[in-house]
Amino acid sequence: MAVKKCIGIVPQELALYEDLTAQENLSFWGQMYGLSGRELTTRTDEVLEQIGLKDKAKQRIKTYSGGMKRRVNIGVGLLHRPRLLFMDEPTVGIDPQSRRAILDSVKELNRQGMTVLYTTHYMEEAQELSHRVGIIDHGELIALGTQSELTHQVQETDTLILHFSEYEDPQPLINALQGITGVQRVVSTNHEISIVTPSAEKLIAPVVSQADRLGIKIYSIDIREPNLEAVFLHLTGRALRD
Amino acid sequence: MAMRKIFQVAWKDIRLIFRDRSALTLMLLAPFVLTIGMGAITGRFSGSSTSSGVSDIPLVIVNDDSGQLGSALVEMLQSEDLDALLNPLVMTDLAAARVMVDNDNTAAAIYIPPDFTASIIPSSQLGAATQEKVVQIEFYANPTRPTSAGIVRTILEQFLSQVEIGRISGEVTVTQLLANGYINPEQAVAVGSSIGQQMVQSSGSTSSIKLINVTEGGGPVEFDTLAYIAPGMALMFLMYTVTYGGLSLIKENRQGTLARMLISPTTSTQVLSGKVIGIFLTAVAQLLILIGGTSLLFGLKWGDPLAVLALLFAAAFAATGWGMVIAAFLKTPGQVGSIGSALMLIFGLLGGSFFDISSLPGWVKTISKISPNAWGMEGFLDLAHGGSIVSVRTPVFALLSMGAVLFCAAAFWISRRGLARK
Repeated sequence: MAVKKCIGIVPQELALYEDLTAQENLSFWGQMYGLSGRELTTRTDEVLEQIGLKDKAKQRIKTYSGGMKRRVNIGVGLLHRPRLLFMDEPTVGIDPQSRRAILDSVKELNRQGMTVLYTTHYMEEAQELSHRVGIIDHGELIALGTQSELTHQVQETDTLILHFSEYEDPQPLINALQGITGVQRVVSTNHEISIVTPSAEKLIAPVVSQADRLGIKIYSIDIREPNLEAVFLHLTGRALRD
Repeated sequence: MAMRKIFQVAWKDIRLIFRDRSALTLMLLAPFVLTIGMGAITGRFSGSSTSSGVSDIPLVIVNDDSGQLGSALVEMLQSEDLDALLNPLVMTDLAAARVMVDNDNTAAAIYIPPDFTASIIPSSQLGAATQEKVVQIEFYANPTRPTSAGIVRTILEQFLSQVEIGRISGEVTVTQLLANGYINPEQAVAVGSSIGQQMVQSSGSTSSIKLINVTEGGGPVEFDTLAYIAPGMALMFLMYTVTYGGLSLIKENRQGTLARMLISPTTSTQVLSGKVIGIFLTAVAQLLILIGGTSLLFGLKWGDPLAVLALLFAAAFAATGWGMVIAAFLKTPGQVGSIGSALMLIFGLLGGSFFDISSLPGWVKTISKISPNAWGMEGFLDLAHGGSIVSVRTPVFALLSMGAVLFCAAAFWISRRGLARK
């Protein structure tokens, strides 16, 4: 019970009562965490302010947009001022504005001293928010460390990403790339080839030349310096969206 | 703190159910509407002064009998005692009377054929020969008014029963007097006729039917048909409420709020107790509203308030037990919805919500005792007849026992399924 009081949970699925208002939801969940009386009222008001729903506090949750519901879902996890907050993909399925608000509030909570364990499929979110990152693949923790520690594992590699139109078949190019010097790994997804290489800039010319020789038109080219997505690619051999 | 959380969970559930319009419709509006509808069918709201709920039953009498029994029957049907209940019209044309029944202008028609009296009471002129001829009263019932026609038929049967008792008594008396030599055969007809005259007076002097019951204390209590209909409907829709409550446990499990509660510093016992109390209090509130509403709107007297409360709490407790069993054994909201509805109707039928089950075979009445409805109806009817807390102790005890057994079964199964474990 003592541990339960120290942790807050923000589940991925909305765990709220749609026929209660935001205020009633927060008040009920606050009671479940042992808040009562003036403290409960104060914390409910503070959290409503924090999640930006003070003016809509007396509306039933079922009238809210998806983003507003997500914010209430997060608010429930914050009511009792947990020292550790678990957030399971809190930005799934919401609009960019709400997503930005959630990411900012997570950073603010952390700045105030709360430890946040944030689960996400979006590497850019992990990159923006995290001090330490764990990568789980098929249920196994395959990497754990600070961002710099993880990117250090692939620091001498870039990722060259080739984009093709949907009518193009890049398979002959994938086969040909194996023979080009500097290509460490090739991963293909829908109309896209990711090439892990020590130097993406040096690889552009031979790759374009090879594609030209094979009559394959490259739609666009991106270069990505080492980041968490590259780390994931490096460790698993698959792009995250696989 | 532990109890506070239990009541917080319960209060949350009560608020949720009272905000669900469709649930409220079935919990409160449906039993009210059905009570009004069935009350209207039985004539409860026809404005008559009688509190039986059935009044001014239109009836046509065609009396072709010139004897005393025919006249006695007509007089009885027109008597002051039956004035509020029956609205008899005496006609001479049997065909016209039948047409009135066929056209739904009357609930029933009674035809008293010629020689009805003579077939039963030997006259000094006709002698014993006429007794061999069987003459029967004809009764035409309107099939669209089964309740009213049934009441008229019962009154008629009671009259004929009294006549039959008198006839047999007369025969036995005359036979014994002859056998013992107190009278001779020539005097037998005269004595039989004399007994017959007395029989006419006794059978026709007062009505056989009065919707009046006598309480244990000896005072008369008039019975209101709504006192049968209203508890029947309330108890049937009570099962809907507890099914809804059971459904909320399954829904909370699916939508993640149950898991969220169990992750918080709240025990599974607190959560389950809160849900049970929530269902129970909702059921109590539903019954209180229905009882209060029918009392205020229709002037229905439910009986001794203390006993009504005891029975109400016991019925809600037993029904909540059923709700928890449903939640424990079924897995999806669809299953709970369909099986809960079926159970509500089956219990409604078995419990006598739609018709009186006292005339059904014994085994049906035995099976009906698994439903809170049957025990509840027994208790509420007893109270409507003037019963007290003492007289409803058996249904109250049965309902409490039923609830306790069902709670144990539900708790065991919920624990086994791990429904409230995290």
